[in-house]
Amino acid sequence: MAAVQTTSERVLNRVAIVAVLVVTLIFLAPIYWIASTAFKPRNLATTIPPTVVFTPEISPFVKLMVRRSQMREQPSAEEYAAAPWWEQMVMDGGEKVVRDGKGEVQLSGYPNRFMNSLIVAITSTVLAVGMGTFTAYGFSRFKVKGEADLLFFILSTRMLPPVVVAIPMFLMYRAVGLNDTHWGLIILYTAFNLSFSVWLMKGFMDEIPKEYEEAALVDGYTRMQAFFKIVLPEAATGIAATAVFCFITAWNEYAFALIMTNRRAQTAPPFIPSQVGSGLPDWTVIAAGTLLFLLPVAIFTFLLRNHLLRGVTFGAIRK
Amino acid sequence: MATAVMTTLDPRSRAAARGMSDISIRNLFIIPTILFLIVFNIFPLLYSLGYSFTDFRASGNAAANFVGLQNYRTLLNDPFIWNNFVITAKYVVVSVIGQVVVGFGTAMLLNRDIPLKGLITTLLLLPMMLSMAVVGLFWKLLYDPSFGIINYALGLGKFEWLSNPDMALYAVALTDIWMWSPFVMLLSLAGLSAVPKHLYEAAAIDRAGPLYTFFRITLPLVAPILMIAVIFRTMEAFKTFDLAYILTSQPTTEVISIRLYKMAFQEWQTGLSCALAYIVLIMVLAITNIYVKYLNKVKER
Repeated sequence: MAAVQTTSERVLNRVAIVAVLVVTLIFLAPIYWIASTAFKPRNLATTIPPTVVFTPEISPFVKLMVRRSQMREQPSAEEYAAAPWWEQMVMDGGEKVVRDGKGEVQLSGYPNRFMNSLIVAITSTVLAVGMGTFTAYGFSRFKVKGEADLLFFILSTRMLPPVVVAIPMFLMYRAVGLNDTHWGLIILYTAFNLSFSVWLMKGFMDEIPKEYEEAALVDGYTRMQAFFKIVLPEAATGIAATAVFCFITAWNEYAFALIMTNRRAQTAPPFIPSQVGSGLPDWTVIAAGTLLFLLPVAIFTFLLRNHLLRGVTFGAIRK
Repeated sequence: MATAVMTTLDPRSRAAARGMSDISIRNLFIIPTILFLIVFNIFPLLYSLGYSFTDFRASGNAAANFVGLQNYRTLLNDPFIWNNFVITAKYVVVSVIGQVVVGFGTAMLLNRDIPLKGLITTLLLLPMMLSMAVVGLFWKLLYDPSFGIINYALGLGKFEWLSNPDMALYAVALTDIWMWSPFVMLLSLAGLSAVPKHLYEAAAIDRAGPLYTFFRITLPLVAPILMIAVIFRTMEAFKTFDLAYILTSQPTTEVISIRLYKMAFQEWQTGLSCALAYIVLIMVLAITNIYVKYLNKVKER
């Protein structure tokens, strides 16, 4: 800002600060509401007026993890006293923890879906970023005939609506038995992220001076050695940023997962909404599941903050 | 495709003499990706192109019969499909305009001396990074007519958002605006910060009014990058599926992706849905083409 500030300008700045605060509060309110509902007792989740001040508890997270069923009769005092603290929390809600014949506690569907999400997102990220890094280097350093067309082709595969791709993929997967498998989703997410990874990594590769490798080549490195020993370490930040973006995309993906999986390989995004069936859903448990699911992305967003612009424009705008 | 990649390299390249030649390294690095995308994206699309000319139903065992262009004719003459496109268009217009107004407005506010600007910007960007399906689901609670916080905060009583057929599409668009205004804000901020300061100083010396400065300096210089945001969001809103599918099941919110999903995986009209998929695909590719042109234009500057 200019050193000379008129009074009206100073007032304007104050107004802007207040407006920014209001906008920020409105934007964060839904996220705050998810986080606070995850720590509410069930009877406070849907009150009129909404409950803002309450004693936080972790029972929603316990309920999220174990399989529960309605209790027909109240547990006896001894039964209640003998139960561990987390089981008491479930009992307090009028439910009981389901155990198998050997008395082992049965887990709910959530931990399993969360693991599926991790497996699919991590594997597809490694594949997409790995292949994307090589390809980006190829496009960045060598003359490729029809480069613009090839790059457009690569990007256009990223823009295809998931439902459009899902129809033939569903039929093909059904023929080879890949429906409802981890690999089925991993392949789809790798293909989806690969184009993004090529575009973003190409931007990062273009920024590494060619002179670095040329010097190495003069020193007797082969092109391969120069790539692995000089270029890859230089590109480390870019690779990390690209990987985080790919992870988030795969982690959040809904349509493919909804269509291609139903039980074994189902990820969290189609699972969490399926918990809101008919009747009165327990929003505290849904909020707990949502919060755990959002947490990694929130942390990554914070780590990525300086690369977000690049990521969302496929590397075109760098700031 | 592989032959298209072949081309001559600089013969003076010293590396060509040692180890793998540059040409083979380039092919080794590029061809697997191209092949992967052909096998898992292009081949499936050819497969569905074939089915789009048949009456195939994936739920039955009946063989597919070739019906020529019948599916395309049926779709283009179906007023219900046109209605799905109209709903989609309405959704695109409302949500993209909303995102530009909120996103660009917030960027204008942030483009000043704001304390904790970096932290606030990062916090504001959070919604767009989250899963549409999972966070969208939670908006069901926020929109609830009896205990939702939106009605409470706005004093709307028992206003129906999602179960009112006339309101539901706007409610979905509002959630989309919440999620994606940050995207427009991020790009606008980049555009605004690139406007040279001396232009504003010159305008101040000439005693130009704030409106004049905005329309003659700010807007023209931010326009190209804002255009990228608009095209990208238009494309994404056109493809929208998750939010509308999770938030409501109103016929008035049946955007084209939902129609396509139902046709393919609930009604199992595989042949017909492949044809509809192609109509949608051509529209998306057209927008993608415009988008990439703009990206390259801005990149060159």
